[in-house]
Amino acid sequence: MANKVATRDAYGKALLILGKENPNVVVLDADLSKSTKTAEFGKNYPERFFNMGIAEGNLLGTAAGLAAAGKVPFASSFAIFATGRAFEQIRNSIAYPKLNVKIAATHAGISVGEDGGSHQAIEDVAIMRALPNMVVLVPADGEETRQMVLAAAEYEGPVYIRMGRLEVPVLFGEDYHFEIGKAKVLKEGTDVAIMANGLMVAAALEAAELLAGEGISVSVVNVSSVKPLDEETILRVAKETRAVVTAEEHNIIGGLGSAIAEILGEKLPTPMVRVGLKDSFGESGRPYELLEKYGLGKEGLVKAVREALAKK
Amino acid sequence: MSTVDLKRKANLIRQDIISMLVPAKAGHPGGSLSAADIVTTLYFKEMRINPQNPNWADRDRFVLSKGHAAPVLYAALAEKGYFPKDELLGLRQTGRMLQGHPDMKRTPGVDMSSGSLGQGLSVANGMALAGKLDKKDYQVYVLLGDGEVAEGQVWEAAMAAAHYKLDNLTAILDYNGLQIDGPTDSVMSSAPLADKWRAFCWHVIEVDGHDIEALEKAFAEAKQVKGKPTILIAKTVKGKGVSFMENQVGWHGSAPNAEQAEQALKELREEGLSLGE
Repeated sequence: MANKVATRDAYGKALLILGKENPNVVVLDADLSKSTKTAEFGKNYPERFFNMGIAEGNLLGTAAGLAAAGKVPFASSFAIFATGRAFEQIRNSIAYPKLNVKIAATHAGISVGEDGGSHQAIEDVAIMRALPNMVVLVPADGEETRQMVLAAAEYEGPVYIRMGRLEVPVLFGEDYHFEIGKAKVLKEGTDVAIMANGLMVAAALEAAELLAGEGISVSVVNVSSVKPLDEETILRVAKETRAVVTAEEHNIIGGLGSAIAEILGEKLPTPMVRVGLKDSFGESGRPYELLEKYGLGKEGLVKAVREALAKK
Repeated sequence: MSTVDLKRKANLIRQDIISMLVPAKAGHPGGSLSAADIVTTLYFKEMRINPQNPNWADRDRFVLSKGHAAPVLYAALAEKGYFPKDELLGLRQTGRMLQGHPDMKRTPGVDMSSGSLGQGLSVANGMALAGKLDKKDYQVYVLLGDGEVAEGQVWEAAMAAAHYKLDNLTAILDYNGLQIDGPTDSVMSSAPLADKWRAFCWHVIEVDGHDIEALEKAFAEAKQVKGKPTILIAKTVKGKGVSFMENQVGWHGSAPNAEQAEQALKELREEGLSLGE
């Protein structure tokens, strides 16, 4: 796991592929193109790149109009502004008419780091997941991001892709296959399952390795498609392990943990522990220090696994 | 269509508005009637459209940003033949095609779902940008309310339309001076409107929004303007055409009962006769 790539960097590169392959792809940004990594697309395809200035509501509305006229717009900003400031434009101008807009947001979660709590989206998945017609995706690494961005461009309808600022370990090669609506079992285990997405997938794999040394067998499932959710895989793994830990860089209210709890609660009640922000905002700090502090490091996961086992 | 025929059509559309609001028992007559001449001129004179092919890629587009005026749009679409006129009587009813606010997924001819105020100009900008990218010559029209321009997004979009030199875009501001809580000047002053849009680098045309001939000229002028978007600031009367609704804020969002509707239709039919209907 030596190599690291930020999902936002992989996004910027995937856009260049789309720029070449699909003339209908256009990109919009809100004065953050160097940070969201859309700038390179802008340099290569200037006529298909629209800087909308610091005006996210107008940006998402313009994306809706472009989609209504047959374009495939990728609308980018930081997750907090894309889903927060422009929520109702997304709701009424994109999700309600099911327009083909891809909301590709970066700088999600507390791993934004130094900028602090005002800039760390911890509620975006909950907000987007509550919208009918919206697909919600959270990539674990660069390769998955690349495949996800290409898949989103193929899919007809609104998609939210949640990416990060931080460089994260490379987990997958080109043989990996991302599919909207499918979860991936990365490691089979029998005692407990960690169902994670985003940068928590790498932490989950590390925690599983640590626990294996103690004789605890942990399944790791990458649930990068939060909506639609892969019920079949989740139920199968939960049935095998009979204890589930969910892990996300998001508030424990409304995100991946909630989505899985909803399914298990209705179809297969299973002891659960949700790892995430415990209904709190983040703060300034170095990304990995913050992740440790808020219980999102591998130690936090190990502790959660023990709690889940104790509930069995 | 000749100017006198347009006047007759606008009169029929006003009658449709009144008729459809009665069974709906709710809806917005005031702002629908104020926009009737504007919408009629667009759909029966200005716009290049084909009711047999509502999704024609080269068609002109219309975004009703003040989506609560849906009745005037529905009446125009029905008169144009996008769907049977019987549908008008299903307005706002469960399971029917005509929603309280425009819904592009349910109603043929509706180019954009709208109704949450302040969002339509941004969408129209996106359509106009797409037209330029595709080197198509279609025009995009968007109708705004004068209360609606209190929404900040309108000005974000105004800035962007000028920045991207969207001369294939024409906005129309239905300047009827009234909004739900009272006169626009007392709720939130928006004047001077023409100066504001000029300051945002738009070509501004001030026009009587009930003078169809003047509207025809204004739309023709807008098409000639290059390098910037145009807005028609159309002075209108809320409730226009029905004596007891004119300039009455109470008719912003309440439907006439059968008796009131009969009175309104009587007045409109008389006006129609005077136009030689």
